[in-house]
Amino acid sequence: MRKDNKQIHLPELSLVLLIGASSSGKSSFARKHFKPTEVVSSDYCRGLVSDDENSLTASDDAFELARYITAKRFKNGLLTVIDATNVQENSRKDWAKLAREYHVLPTAIVFNLPEKVCVERSTLRPDRNLGSHVIPQQISQLKRGLRRLKIEGFRHVIELNSQEEVDAVEEIIRDPLYNNKKQEKGPFDIIGDIHGCYDELVMLLQQLGYKHENENWLHPEGRKPVFLGDLVDRGPKTPEVLKLVMGMVKTGSALCVPGNHDIKLLKWFNGKNVQAKHGLQQSIDQLEKETPAFREEARKFIDSLVSHYVLDDGNLIVAHAGIKEEMQGRGSGAVREFCLFGETTGEIDEFGLPVRYNWASEYRGKAMVVYGHTPVPEAQWLNRTIDIDTGCVFGGKLTALRYPEKELVSVPSLATYCEPSRPIIPTTGIITSLQQQYDDILDISDFMGKHIVPTQYAHNVTIREENAIAALEVMSRFAVNPKWLIYLPPTMSPVETSKLEDYLEHPKEAFDYYRGVGVEKVICEEKHMGSRTIIIVGKNEAAIQEAFGITNEGIGVIYTRTGRSWFNDKETEQAFLQRINTALEQSGFYEKFQTDWVCLDTELMPWSAKAQSLLEKQYSAVGAAATHALQSTLQNLQQAVLHNPEVTFLLDKYQTKQQQVEQYIKSYQQYCWPVNSLDDFKLAPFHILATAGKSWTDKDHEWHMEQIENICRADPSILKATTYKVVHLQDMESIQEATDWWVSMTGAGGEGMVVKPSQYIHVNGAKLAQPAVKVRGREYLRIIYGPEYTSPENLIRLKSRGLSSKRNLALREFSLGIEGLQRFVNQEPLQKIHECVFGVLALESEPVDPRL
Amino acid sequence: MLLTITTTHTPASDLSYLLHKHPAKAQQVELSGGIAHVFYTEVTEEKCTAALLLDIDPVGLVRKNSGPSGNDFALEQYVNDRPYVASSFMSAAIAKAFSTAMNGRCKDKPELVTVPMPFDITIAVLPVRGGEKVLQELFSPLGYTIDAERHALDPAFPSWGESRYFTVRLRNTITLQQLLSHLYILIPVCDNDKHYWVGQAEVEKLLEKGKDWLPAHPANEFITYRYLKNQKGLANQALEILMKDETIEPEETIEPVEPKIRVHDLRLQTVKDELLKTDAKRIADLGCGEGKLLRYLLPEKQFEYILGMDVSYRSIEIVKDKLKIDRMPPKQQERIQLIQGALTYRDKRLEGFDAAVLVEVIEHLDPPRLSALEKVVFQYAKPKTVIITTPNAEYNVKFANFEEGQMRHADHRFEWTRSEFATWGNKVAEENAYTVIYKPLGEEDPETGALSQMAIFTSNTGINAER
Repeated sequence: MRKDNKQIHLPELSLVLLIGASSSGKSSFARKHFKPTEVVSSDYCRGLVSDDENSLTASDDAFELARYITAKRFKNGLLTVIDATNVQENSRKDWAKLAREYHVLPTAIVFNLPEKVCVERSTLRPDRNLGSHVIPQQISQLKRGLRRLKIEGFRHVIELNSQEEVDAVEEIIRDPLYNNKKQEKGPFDIIGDIHGCYDELVMLLQQLGYKHENENWLHPEGRKPVFLGDLVDRGPKTPEVLKLVMGMVKTGSALCVPGNHDIKLLKWFNGKNVQAKHGLQQSIDQLEKETPAFREEARKFIDSLVSHYVLDDGNLIVAHAGIKEEMQGRGSGAVREFCLFGETTGEIDEFGLPVRYNWASEYRGKAMVVYGHTPVPEAQWLNRTIDIDTGCVFGGKLTALRYPEKELVSVPSLATYCEPSRPIIPTTGIITSLQQQYDDILDISDFMGKHIVPTQYAHNVTIREENAIAALEVMSRFAVNPKWLIYLPPTMSPVETSKLEDYLEHPKEAFDYYRGVGVEKVICEEKHMGSRTIIIVGKNEAAIQEAFGITNEGIGVIYTRTGRSWFNDKETEQAFLQRINTALEQSGFYEKFQTDWVCLDTELMPWSAKAQSLLEKQYSAVGAAATHALQSTLQNLQQAVLHNPEVTFLLDKYQTKQQQVEQYIKSYQQYCWPVNSLDDFKLAPFHILATAGKSWTDKDHEWHMEQIENICRADPSILKATTYKVVHLQDMESIQEATDWWVSMTGAGGEGMVVKPSQYIHVNGAKLAQPAVKVRGREYLRIIYGPEYTSPENLIRLKSRGLSSKRNLALREFSLGIEGLQRFVNQEPLQKIHECVFGVLALESEPVDPRL
Repeated sequence: MLLTITTTHTPASDLSYLLHKHPAKAQQVELSGGIAHVFYTEVTEEKCTAALLLDIDPVGLVRKNSGPSGNDFALEQYVNDRPYVASSFMSAAIAKAFSTAMNGRCKDKPELVTVPMPFDITIAVLPVRGGEKVLQELFSPLGYTIDAERHALDPAFPSWGESRYFTVRLRNTITLQQLLSHLYILIPVCDNDKHYWVGQAEVEKLLEKGKDWLPAHPANEFITYRYLKNQKGLANQALEILMKDETIEPEETIEPVEPKIRVHDLRLQTVKDELLKTDAKRIADLGCGEGKLLRYLLPEKQFEYILGMDVSYRSIEIVKDKLKIDRMPPKQQERIQLIQGALTYRDKRLEGFDAAVLVEVIEHLDPPRLSALEKVVFQYAKPKTVIITTPNAEYNVKFANFEEGQMRHADHRFEWTRSEFATWGNKVAEENAYTVIYKPLGEEDPETGALSQMAIFTSNTGINAER
């Protein structure tokens, strides 16, 4: 904190403790220079807990409250001013401790005003009735404590010794922390632990495209190296490495954070008593050949290094040993320690090294963290963090991460300069990644309770606690291995209720809807009546292991819209998948899409294969009951009408009912057939959701239909291409044709059709349009609304149905679905994907009319 | 939907007097779910047939539904058998359309009320839970001759089998009042459902309509339970009144209550004893269900802290309710905690326990998900002791009606033999540095072993995760 007469400089994130006797002008000063929300006043807190700002008995409660508020603000990264007398060391100690807990810098502004001024002011305040001894006592306490502030941890102290000095302050300047380089957006080449391997460093820079010009290394595209520290020790050319890095940092063409070895070297430079172990001796030997001037320069350089950097608007963090989310962009001794050494459990392993705690396995932060420190055989992502120390000095390689490309570039070591104390176990033969191994088990705390999932298209989707509760039960009791669950399909809304007398649903409303949201072209796809299934199939188990990290669960999976395995027995499932696999191979799909797996959105038929219990308990049961009841009723009515014409109306009515029931039975029967072999299944895929590294939601539906048709040709006995019509919404003829098509298709027993905007994702202004609406056939709807729904007295009542919650739900689920898919192809941690899938399942438990 | 009552009493037209319905007219009665029509299909001196036709409004049923939900045949469904079958709606229609006859009154010919007549009844479609056996047990003791035709679910799909619907013909010579009271009670008993909430008023209806015949009916307990929708409290109350003059040994019920409860109690007792043998103070009951084991554990001083976890939130709510946690003194409340959680997710709340028990839990998990459970319990939670019980599949052959490959519970994903359990248990123990022993749960049969089996895992490191 600096100060001239007019300006006070403060770190942007600090605890600002105002210290001064009562009536020394702290509150006025705070009002003048800080936002009202930034000031936590002890008087105000006292008032909140006791209705009396002067109540002394409320002090403890008031302090607790102030502390609580301040902690929340610190957690959220906000500067906070404590407006209290703070003249006693005890009260200051608590605040300094809180600041340390949140890695916030403690600063103090001291109002060391003459006693006379304070007392005079105090007497002008009728609300405050302080004893005459109070202010003098406070002032004496203040003066006594003044010298101790630094020791208490307040490294930045401003002292204002008169009202004139207080008044002179015009502005408080908030200085960014040294680690804040958010405005630096790269591109960067982040380089791992070098340890004196100068030759490899030069090779790496060259490979990255840097040119050696005028004693400096420059990249033609203006890229900037970021060194992750541990420049020194163990290797052969520590001074050369230092010279190179120091030169680049000095000219601003590179950034560097310190490593624990660098800091230990600094101690040696500073003449501290350090043990020359772990390669320090090599550095000393090499540096002793250099000039004292260079050594001094190197000392200053290391001393100037900042623990970590926050780069690119906060999206990228670099630190030697990594950094936890709550420490990012903050400054404290603890932050610095963590950045240098990481986290250790306090235990010592069999190699005499501290046991490291894998902080990255619990990392949930948004920012990408690139670090080194722990040599690993391969740099691998884990929860948006990556350790790129690939042990160059131990005979491994020197690795750089290109940002934002996320590409790894490395050069092999020219020699093993040092044997590692803890062997670096190579990962040969294991194709499941570190992330996939870690993802073997998800943590329940990431999914329970209310949470908000940010998505690209629906902004934030809120999952309510009660729905998460339901999802947890379904997910854990019924769902397949979460690694398979990269997508759950959204619910689909029906079209708006038809205004035509005889229809509950009709294509007209679908076309009107999409025209209304700015769609020019839609696709009408035949709707199959089976069960919605998601199919993942890979060329072989190795392909699945590599892409999904799943072993011994076959070449794929077939799961329902709630994530449950569609087939009860694994053998049939795998045999069926093998058929699809063969079709994919024969149709040349794998080559064309440069993939060895695919995720398909499909309908699997017959309906009866999955809905057997529903058919037996409900659909056929109602049919059987109705058939016999009506038969008997009609017999009796026919007999009665012979002598009692009054019952004729009943006879007519029940004849209609009989006809309706017959149609109803015919409706459900169409979707039922026995399954004796694989060939009795029919699979109709309609979306190619994802393949290696790519989701296909950027392609329009015609493209999906064409690609799928191509696959289906390879095995027409089980694969069914979906018929479809493309409709131009301004073309009446085109509309009529599609309507006629729907009428004939549903008249022949078809379920209906799905109308989708031509583009997979259609955004109208800022609003996402329904990804699809279904238009179900008049006959089909008997199995939804009951056999007799078409009777005018029934239809008129059924027409009043509200669609808005269903539509809203469909949009949220759709957004979550494609978000999850995208996260999967971006190789994000499973937790991030599961969050979306879990969300869809949770939303499904919201109460919505099940007939929609 | 349709009930016809035929008599060959002479003169048969007396039926119309008794029913208080004019034979030449079609009459209508409004009901809560629709309209009941009464008409005659034949009126001669030799034979008279009255028909009660229920026209239930299928849309109104759903839209105005104020009845109970969650039944097999929930009233929330538009595709519903209620409009077509004889159910509690039929009872309501009988009571309303034929109220004078039911009350034993006949304005014009009061002498007919007590005259037994030959009746021939047809119920077009009657749903019967329990099939023809139930029909026989309900109607035979009352003197009926029964002809029942069971209907297939769908003749086009013979493999789907039979429905629970019967066309039933009943013949008996009794008074009309008796007949109607039988039908009034027994139709919904066959169906085993009610379209309205069953409460105290239902007990009174049963006692009133059944007072003359129900106490002596051999299936009275069954009828009472079903009529009152298996609500034990109401049923016991009704039975007490019914049986007040008699001291009968409880009849064997048609749906026997299995002695399974005893077996489960034994299982829990054994698990508790095993826990007591260890020095475990902090216990986690993983998959606590409705808290039966927790009840066993709570009184034991040794257990200082007990956690109950279940995946079903509803179960947790039930436990809280049953154990009356809200009303426990604060010190006791601190001793027990109940949480929703799943054994397929890592859960920090499970760390730091001395012992974890999983009673009949693992078999509810798909086998591929077991590896997640192993990690959650043995790698992350890692209590010193883990007790796991699961059914012994070998024992299944001892069950009556057991079919090969059948499981004890619809939600069981697998049931293991003793050697399968041991193979899994040994692997888990070895991979996670535990020692495991196995014990039978229940009486041991030399051939098949006991009903259930138990594995007790003890950590080799001898420290729990709390350290």
